[in-house]
Amino acid sequence: MTSFLALLPFRPVDAVIAVPAIAALLLAALPGRRWSARLNVAASLLTFLLATTLLVERPPAGTYLFVDDLNVVFVVLGTFVGFTTSVFSASYIAHEIDAGKLSPGQLRFYHGMYQALAFAMNLGLLADNIGLMWVAVELATLTTVLMVGIYRTHDALEAAWKYFILGSVGIALALFGTILVYMAAQPAIGEGEKAMVWTVLVAEAARFNPELLNVAFVFLMLGYGTKVGLAPLHAWLPDAHAEGPTPISAVLSGLLLNVALYALLRFKMLLAANPATVAPGPLMVTLGLASLIFAGFMLYRRRDIKRLFAYSSIEHMGLITFAFGMGGPLANFAGLLHMTMHSLTKSAIFFAVGQVAQVKGTQQIGRIRGLTRSHPMLGWSLVVAVAAIAGLPPLGIFMSEFLIVSSTFARQPLLAIPLVFGLLVAFGALVLRLTDVAFGEPEGSTAPVEATYLPMVAHLALVATAGLWLPPPLVVWFQHVARMLG
Amino acid sequence: MGHFALDLAHLLAGGMVLVSFMLLYQNRMFGLLNVFALHALVLSASVAWQAWVQNAPHLYVTAAIALVLKAIVIPLALRRMVIRLEIHRTIETVGGIGLTMLMGIALVALSLVVMLQAAAEADPLAREDVALALSVILLGLLMMVTRYNAVSQIIGFMSLENGLILAAAGAKGMPLVVEISVAFSVLVAFIVIGVFLFRIRERFDSVDTHALDDYREGRQ
Repeated sequence: MTSFLALLPFRPVDAVIAVPAIAALLLAALPGRRWSARLNVAASLLTFLLATTLLVERPPAGTYLFVDDLNVVFVVLGTFVGFTTSVFSASYIAHEIDAGKLSPGQLRFYHGMYQALAFAMNLGLLADNIGLMWVAVELATLTTVLMVGIYRTHDALEAAWKYFILGSVGIALALFGTILVYMAAQPAIGEGEKAMVWTVLVAEAARFNPELLNVAFVFLMLGYGTKVGLAPLHAWLPDAHAEGPTPISAVLSGLLLNVALYALLRFKMLLAANPATVAPGPLMVTLGLASLIFAGFMLYRRRDIKRLFAYSSIEHMGLITFAFGMGGPLANFAGLLHMTMHSLTKSAIFFAVGQVAQVKGTQQIGRIRGLTRSHPMLGWSLVVAVAAIAGLPPLGIFMSEFLIVSSTFARQPLLAIPLVFGLLVAFGALVLRLTDVAFGEPEGSTAPVEATYLPMVAHLALVATAGLWLPPPLVVWFQHVARMLG
Repeated sequence: MGHFALDLAHLLAGGMVLVSFMLLYQNRMFGLLNVFALHALVLSASVAWQAWVQNAPHLYVTAAIALVLKAIVIPLALRRMVIRLEIHRTIETVGGIGLTMLMGIALVALSLVVMLQAAAEADPLAREDVALALSVILLGLLMMVTRYNAVSQIIGFMSLENGLILAAAGAKGMPLVVEISVAFSVLVAFIVIGVFLFRIRERFDSVDTHALDDYREGRQ
């Protein structure tokens, strides 16, 4: 395998970024709806395959790109979800065109933007330069803003506008934090390019001005935290999820939130490398807990099904941030596992919800009933997915939540009380809101589902397997990354 | 040279904070646009001076971008948009102007206290520049939350970006990549916003974000 990779005329790490970029240009230029959907799938698959080769062989760190054990997890997970979502998107978008909701021009725009988003996310994850990482996150924000507003309805425009304004403010604060990191690094490393290279920064962090780093982290936390969707900076998230096309909701929840979280983790590692700084953990724990409990209560009053699951994403991102804030090998391991499980489960849920909304012609929870009887396959898949996201055993999320709770009990028993409380609140809300959707008297259209079940079933199978058995190499890998995170 | 360089740098950066305050109390659309152009002009002068002091020619590019794009092109484009959309009436603000100004003063005090202390060991030129830049950023944020109108929110956002460029220029030797990307992102952001404005106009017959809020009633 390794020798085969050496024969390639390009480095896989460059290709992971180049393929989506080229595909974005091609898709923006080429007409033809059937082929563009297929090209989108093919490009996403190719990116995923190239990303998996990074597991085996990685290039030495450069000024702009690097691969280490942490970001390769994010890249492989991200490109996998990107690929399955593109498969789902192909059938979803075909339906939207038939329903007259999207024009051919908008379709080209949609596919181009899909790959541009993949490009931005891969670039952000692989960047070895904090300035480049910032540019990539900004690009990802802009592409998703445009996709959220693609239907051009009142609600879609409002959502896109809100997302744009809040996202830009977050991005601006993150840039200020990035500038402060540079200022802290510059006396130790010297002027110019090197003082923004991540691998150099983390090696030299002990010599940086700790106070500047502290202030920088506050801005980075607020900035990238807005993109993670942490309360009270979450206001854009539910609207953006509810009003955009469903594949984009899946990508937002499954990928983009992770990329922002990844940026936060990087800077947390930087602070950890300097003994004189304030520990970043408590700030992350506080924001994480606040998001978890707040979102748990907000789940009760939702009437729109996509909005409901958007709040559930806030809840889970809060939980993951909490876990990483607690730190230590066990909590970090649980955080990583939870992030992986959440990405897979939440995108599966959005695949299901997208099909439900297309069949029933509505996103109102009150008007969707009895799915297990009218559409058994779809209904039961949704039941399994919701059971997974609510944290029921034996599915994957149960295990990661159990690890987070038990590690918290072991170290900070008082923090475990609000944590468990938040989880129970959210669990109750999900059961309450979705019992009728799954088991009530069937209502509305009973037309068969035309879209493919494959991506959804694949994700759920992975989540179910992970709940029962994690492959030992994966466990070793995650344990190693957890120690890296400190 | 040393003292004079510092004094002029502070004067220009302080001038930006002052113009940010002027933005806060504008209650006419055209006034707002003119003051924003002034804001960009002061930014351009400030960045150019940093380029001279630091002997960093690439910063002249940043200064030129600020001058051409933000002081001339964008205000003119927004002016045309305002005329075409017929929204050059009084701007509604959240809370009184007096209260907003007081909050602004508090924010400036806060940013000076935080930054001057945190960056105490840094180069004095960079230190005070960054402290004043943070003031500009916070005032831009304040403007965004105290205005309902979409165009004034955009202006607030762009003044915030000006503060970021001031900070980036003050950080000695910061790579060019970042500055150009910032300037470029402003352009991109502007196009995006422009597109949105036109669509909003198309759909709502108003660029007042109140109109957007109306649609939220009855929907959770």
